[in-house]
Amino acid sequence: MIQFDSISDFFHMGGYAFYVWLAYGITFSSLAILIVMSARSKRKILVEIAGKIAREARLKESRGINSESKT
Amino acid sequence: MNRGISYTRAFTTLFMRDIKIAIRHRGDIFNPLLFFIMVVTLFPLGVGPEPQVLSRVAPGIIWVAALLASMLSLERLFKADYNDGTLEQMLLSPQPLPLLVLAKVLAHWVLTGVPLILVAPLLAVLLNLESNSYGALMATLALGTPVLSLLGAIGVALTVGLRKGGVLLSLLILPLYIPVLIFATSAIDASGMNLPYTPHLAIIGAILAGSLILAPIAIGASLRVSTN
Amino acid sequence: MWKWLNSYADPERSYNLAGKLLPWLACLAIALIGVGTTWGLLFAPTDYQQGESYRIIFIHVPAASMSMMAYVSMAIASFIGLVWQIKAADWAAASIAPIGAVITFIALVTGSTWGKPMWGTWWVWDARLTSELVLLFLYLGVIALYASFEDKVLAARAAGILAIVGVINVPIIKYSVDWWSSLHQPATIKITEKSSMPMEMLMPLLINIFGFGVMIATITLVRYRTEVLARNGMRPWVRALATKEVAK
Repeated sequence: MIQFDSISDFFHMGGYAFYVWLAYGITFSSLAILIVMSARSKRKILVEIAGKIAREARLKESRGINSESKT
Repeated sequence: MNRGISYTRAFTTLFMRDIKIAIRHRGDIFNPLLFFIMVVTLFPLGVGPEPQVLSRVAPGIIWVAALLASMLSLERLFKADYNDGTLEQMLLSPQPLPLLVLAKVLAHWVLTGVPLILVAPLLAVLLNLESNSYGALMATLALGTPVLSLLGAIGVALTVGLRKGGVLLSLLILPLYIPVLIFATSAIDASGMNLPYTPHLAIIGAILAGSLILAPIAIGASLRVSTN
Repeated sequence: MWKWLNSYADPERSYNLAGKLLPWLACLAIALIGVGTTWGLLFAPTDYQQGESYRIIFIHVPAASMSMMAYVSMAIASFIGLVWQIKAADWAAASIAPIGAVITFIALVTGSTWGKPMWGTWWVWDARLTSELVLLFLYLGVIALYASFEDKVLAARAAGILAIVGVINVPIIKYSVDWWSSLHQPATIKITEKSSMPMEMLMPLLINIFGFGVMIATITLVRYRTEVLARNGMRPWVRALATKEVAK
């Protein structure tokens, strides 16, 4: 059974609205930040690795050109 | 395996070496001591000179100052040996590493902990400590400062290879110091109220016994990580 | 059994297994926390002493109890990593640490927003509050130590030693703090005893405690996968993944 008579009653929380919603707000926003940061870091790492691969490929290519020009 | 020399000989050699080095660089002994005295003298200036207030907070001030002083002096425990390669020789030697580490920590305690215990009653006079608390103050410092050296050495061993280990060190070891602080100050408080304080001392003694056995192993493992 | 378990220590396999488990655990965590929180906020009866403010309990107690559990699991993972040299355990420990710190922070903040209306102050040096604060410091120490080593194999070992030393200390700290505040603080402050709780309040609380546990496991898997990729950047399978990701 729902313990509150109306929606405004629910948001009022029997006079403790500030504390209850502050607690819930901080909890879910800090969890959201943690989850978003954790989820994003995977792509960041992959992009970093891809950048490294591209750099290595470029290095190899330029070395190949150099050795060809020598012969 | 042939160890060359006996455990006792290895222990005393390393212990005497550290003492000799410290006597040649006297600043290493006196600077933490001066720091300890300075911190304690700053508190009456900060909280006001009323004798009642001072005698109430005296155990806490002396102990917090002792924690900070021991942490400051610990920073150089392995630094010089790490820089000149002595530490690596110690790790390579056939002697058990926890034994060697224990010798170094003991030397450190004799050089910084013991002077601190000797100066503490003098500072307690300045802070107007209850007259029947002096015994408890000396006893808790005598049992507690070796624990500070042992636990602190774990943190130092973990950070010795890092360039900016100093700030990190306080974050690592101050939380571990909390039990010693709590039991020591409550023992002094209890003695001030003419209550028995031996149970508190027994617990600090138990912590000392535990860390005396476990800390050298942890310090040794940390040094192996740091010098890798 | 041992052989079967060992095959999952292979980075690629454990990465794929974590990826397979992830959606299921995520759904379970969202469902549990959703049900627990709605039940707690809307349907649980009002406490006759504390009024509606007690509804903070449905996030405060799960966060507080799971902060301890996360620390213990981090220490166990570090121990496995140190003793048997299983790198996957090191990576798991490294991925739990930041989550544990956030959960501990949540437990502290919700505790103090609950304390303000009930005790009239944001913070008291109560035994539970103090030991929770020390736990946060221990987490931060582990994270800072892990971050300050360039070589992450060494970093994991150093942070692992610290986590294990910390886990030996946690009961001592807890006990000493309990004892200390019982000397200094008169017993005027008491958090409602759990055993006296009616079923309608206990059920959503238990659901949320379980939900927080599953959520921690889920985020750990997400971070673990990232950690595996970051530590295995030279392996061909990671490189293939990276080129695929960029081409997308």
